[in-house]
Amino acid sequence: MLEINNLSKIFYKGTYNENKALTELSLKINEGDFITIVGSNGAGKSTLLNSIAGVFSIESGSILLDGQEISNQAEHVRAKSIGRVFQNPLAGTSPEMTIEENLSLALAKSESLSLRWGLSNYKRKIMKKKLSKLDIGLENRLTTKVKLLSGGQRQSLTLLMATLTNPSLLLLDEHTAALDPATVIKIKNLTNELISENNITTLMVTHNMEDAIKMGNRLIMMDKGQIIYDIKETDKKDLTVEKLHKMFEIKHGSKFTDDRMLLTV
Amino acid sequence: MNLIFAITSLEQGLVFGIMALGVYITFRILDFADLTVDGSLPLGAAVSAKLISSGMNPILSLVFALIAGGLAGSITGFLHTRLKIAPLLSGILTMTSLYSINLRIMGRPNIPLISQPNVFSLFEQLGINYLWSTIILLLIIILLVKILLDSFLKTQLGFALRATGDNPQMIRSMGISTNTMKMFGLILSNSLVALSGGLVAQYQGFADVSMGVGTIVAGLASVIIGEVIFGEKSIFIITAGVIAGSILYRFSISLALNLGFAASDLKLLTSLLVIVFLSTPRIKKIMR
Repeated sequence: MLEINNLSKIFYKGTYNENKALTELSLKINEGDFITIVGSNGAGKSTLLNSIAGVFSIESGSILLDGQEISNQAEHVRAKSIGRVFQNPLAGTSPEMTIEENLSLALAKSESLSLRWGLSNYKRKIMKKKLSKLDIGLENRLTTKVKLLSGGQRQSLTLLMATLTNPSLLLLDEHTAALDPATVIKIKNLTNELISENNITTLMVTHNMEDAIKMGNRLIMMDKGQIIYDIKETDKKDLTVEKLHKMFEIKHGSKFTDDRMLLTV
Repeated sequence: MNLIFAITSLEQGLVFGIMALGVYITFRILDFADLTVDGSLPLGAAVSAKLISSGMNPILSLVFALIAGGLAGSITGFLHTRLKIAPLLSGILTMTSLYSINLRIMGRPNIPLISQPNVFSLFEQLGINYLWSTIILLLIIILLVKILLDSFLKTQLGFALRATGDNPQMIRSMGISTNTMKMFGLILSNSLVALSGGLVAQYQGFADVSMGVGTIVAGLASVIIGEVIFGEKSIFIITAGVIAGSILYRFSISLALNLGFAASDLKLLTSLLVIVFLSTPRIKKIMR
């Protein structure tokens, strides 16, 4: 499905600020895997996701998606088969456009752009059906500009848009980190629903260890640009936050430090 | 202000309104402050004037003006998307180059078209009253452009163009190249501006190499006046506002001239007008 071999990424290469974000990282992800990724600050979690998405070029290594080498493809080319939701709830939608216009772009993702009308009654029907699953009343507000929605509503919409065309891979980069506690629960449930409903292979970065343990079927812990633990389904069930912390200390040599983690455990 | 004066302002507002619609595409939809227009307006005028004076049909000459404008837009697009030059500078570079290119096309700084046929004289031959024929033809042209633009912005491609200016990160994650869309928007915008330039040359009876100075400011003024007065409820209203803005802008220029300002003061007045309209929201906020 997704196969990463010896992936390295260095920021500011050759300067005083050189930063080895990922070092010879390899990972094999099976079809339908829902992997949660945890790790301390600067472990390379977001860099891994951005490398897969093609936000920047990588130093070395290969990334195979459905057997195809994608590490040389432009970001927008990979995006055809990758869905993404960002930490910033404003990042995934176009604020000046209406809900239906945004959704129409997501629906057209797998097609090539054309001069056909962006909207039709048939498309609106599909949109309403999909939106009603979010259960936040957006199905009755198709012509509302997205900038008028709350952060949680926008993140729900982004999540729906990212999964609408059943991507080969879904990348979630702390997509609940900027939301209020009540909304976080809603978005988490929605995430689980959308992923299991369509059986989408997913990588989710989170700062919440409990979520990392509860959600998904596989947990990866990263440190200093490498994967230090890869915990599969059966072992994952017995995990606790304390155990995870201890495991980290054994490998890392010191306590798990994460300014945000302290607040969420 | 007498009737002739009002009609002239209205005509100018319409003929430059096509340019303002072009500026709207880059400035508002793409969020790209494109200064190419100061060069692509006279480019359209130069191409049209040169072709007419060598005997081409004036309508056909406008098609070539449109294509030339598109090419100019693609140069700015290339500078920005491929060579990664900042938007403002890309436009300035193309605009500056176009000054020389326009002189090359025309062969001299000014081509008079007084004795040549033009779209307006052709239209008049259909038997329409002299006083109104120009306005009617311009209205038909600009409404056609507006309807086409409005419709285009409702297609899949139009949606992608709008989202590119609004949230580039989002449009990339939807599998669309922002570079391609910017290139496309710049070509579309400058085609319209050059079409406007060709019509201006035929309307005023000459093409001049320096006629493009201040085009961007006039275009911005039209867009902003339109927004302030008409609002931004829908694409239909916005583009109507841009055209109305262009007409109001030409009226205020005429008014200023009537009040005794010299023609040479107009650029200053235009800038002041744009500053006032651009700062209105900010000033309103402070007053509250």
